[in-house]
Amino acid sequence: MSETLLDVKDLKVHYPVRTGGLVIGTYTPLKALDGVSFELKAGETLGVVGESGCGKSTLGRAVLQLLPATGGAVAWLGRALNDLDAKALKAERERMQIVFQDPLASLDPRMTAGDIIAEPLRNYRPHMSKAEMKAKVKDMMGRVGLHSTMINRYPHEFSGGQCQRIGIARAMILDPKLVVCDEPVSALDVSIRAQVVNLLMELQRAMNLAMIFISHDLSIVRHISHRVMVLYLGKTMEIAPRDALYAAPRHPYTQALLSAVPVPDPTIARARPRLALAGELPSPLNPPSGCVFRTRCPRATKVCAEVEPTRAQPGTGHDVWCHHWRESGLETKVAP
Amino acid sequence: MTSAHAAALDTAGDVEGRSLWQDAWRRLKRNRAALASMIILGVVAAVCLIGPYTLPWPYDAIDWDHVEAMPPNMELGHYLGTDSVGRDLLARTLVGGRVSLMVGVLATMVALFIGVTVGAVAGFVGGRVDQLLMRLVDLLYSVPLTFFVIILMVMFGRNFILMFLAIGAVEWLTMARIVRGQTLSLKSKEFIEAARASGGSTAGIILRHVVPNVLGVVIVYVTLTIPQVILLESFLSFLGLGVQEPFTSWGVLLNEGAAELEVNPQTLIVPAVFMTATLFCFNFLGDGLRDALDPKDR
Repeated sequence: MSETLLDVKDLKVHYPVRTGGLVIGTYTPLKALDGVSFELKAGETLGVVGESGCGKSTLGRAVLQLLPATGGAVAWLGRALNDLDAKALKAERERMQIVFQDPLASLDPRMTAGDIIAEPLRNYRPHMSKAEMKAKVKDMMGRVGLHSTMINRYPHEFSGGQCQRIGIARAMILDPKLVVCDEPVSALDVSIRAQVVNLLMELQRAMNLAMIFISHDLSIVRHISHRVMVLYLGKTMEIAPRDALYAAPRHPYTQALLSAVPVPDPTIARARPRLALAGELPSPLNPPSGCVFRTRCPRATKVCAEVEPTRAQPGTGHDVWCHHWRESGLETKVAP
Repeated sequence: MTSAHAAALDTAGDVEGRSLWQDAWRRLKRNRAALASMIILGVVAAVCLIGPYTLPWPYDAIDWDHVEAMPPNMELGHYLGTDSVGRDLLARTLVGGRVSLMVGVLATMVALFIGVTVGAVAGFVGGRVDQLLMRLVDLLYSVPLTFFVIILMVMFGRNFILMFLAIGAVEWLTMARIVRGQTLSLKSKEFIEAARASGGSTAGIILRHVVPNVLGVVIVYVTLTIPQVILLESFLSFLGLGVQEPFTSWGVLLNEGAAELEVNPQTLIVPAVFMTATLFCFNFLGDGLRDALDPKDR
């Protein structure tokens, strides 16, 4: 594939959380995202998976500079985004957009669909005439599968799937190069999900988009992604080309996630080894020492508590952060 | 979508959507008390504006043949009687109504403008700006109103416009708090984040997204503030800090009427009926608006 659009290095987002002190508070950093690195090329989709609270959405927002990063660097087409002032950031943002999880909440209830879709145009093409804008909006509506006569309708008059199409149209109208999709289908009916995912893939092909597709649905991520990143407590566990990750996951967390994907055939489902994770996600305020996953890991040993795992490369483009990645996952998988 | 249906849509032109405002308006029209209140308010305002020109007596003319309070007398043209110095009561009530309504509406507009601006900025920008603005509000809250107005009057002299400003400057405090609270809850909504992602500036987002979305609550509060301001003006007039003779307002008339209650009850009853009807209607309208705009009803 072509040029590197996005180069994220050691990205950190820490929030200060007040943990004590009566007058002068004592603060502990909440590590929502703690040293995540990846690259993204034009036309490529990176799937980001993980449990709730593992930093998936934080990652998407920090990449777009909607949240301030506390450490690390985001380079966009070779230029650092972190230290730009508001004006320069606005200029760079033209080519990166976001699609949100909640379709209705991401649309201003007081604006018509047409106004919502045209908003990026108003901000970036102030000299565009009204008629031109309307024509462009209508064209975009057609491309996302909305009937263009609906241009004057309000968000509450649309269904969830249609609202998400409006959100997608808004994200696509400036011809972006990168779109962050923050769980774009998890709030939708199952029957609508496939349509929206296919729409995103279609647009991606047509516009040569790079996408960061955040989801906890591994089947959808498999369908749409070229590469997949697995996050746990703000850290990358494994990042690999899709087929490598789904065929031969190396990290026990990835293996556990994959074994939890429901299979429609009950005979296969029963025969399949299940790797259930014990316990709860630890608090990101007080993450475990060494490997953050060790408290729930079936393979954890003494070294996991003492040493933070470094990157290992089981294959090309396949990175894993685990001391025991060489031990094939199969024998550790426990039968249900 | 079937192709026939699609073709029908294509020829039909753009479908008109129904905004939340239009929905609220429909609900409001179904509320009889609110609708009646709106009509009565319209009639009172119209009569106060036009009425004085059609009456035989101007509001400040003394009927020198009858320099005393008089019950209604059709032949002389005093349809609702005169006050204690022989001025036509109806004319005075209508002119007083102009003043009261104008003070009510204009001072509320002043409060609306300052309150929405301060509240939206404080809530949206947050941090130090929020702290600073809200502590200012707290500070002003703790200044006693009458004291404040008296100081203003002493410093700048008695002045009609000053009264608008004085009342508006006090009433915006609550408005600012309400708007700030609403803004805080709006700020975490995804469409605000979406607006920022599509390149909106802070000022642009406040104007395009925050203000229209807090307006529902603000309108309800406005209809409840107007009667409050009218009462406040009466109170100031009662203290002699309001409008000056021969100019008048409902508050002044009530004050005069109260003194004559036992001898000439009409001098109290006439302005009181106008004023209470107006206050009632504003409150009913506010109630109706709250029901019509209630987000849970959507």
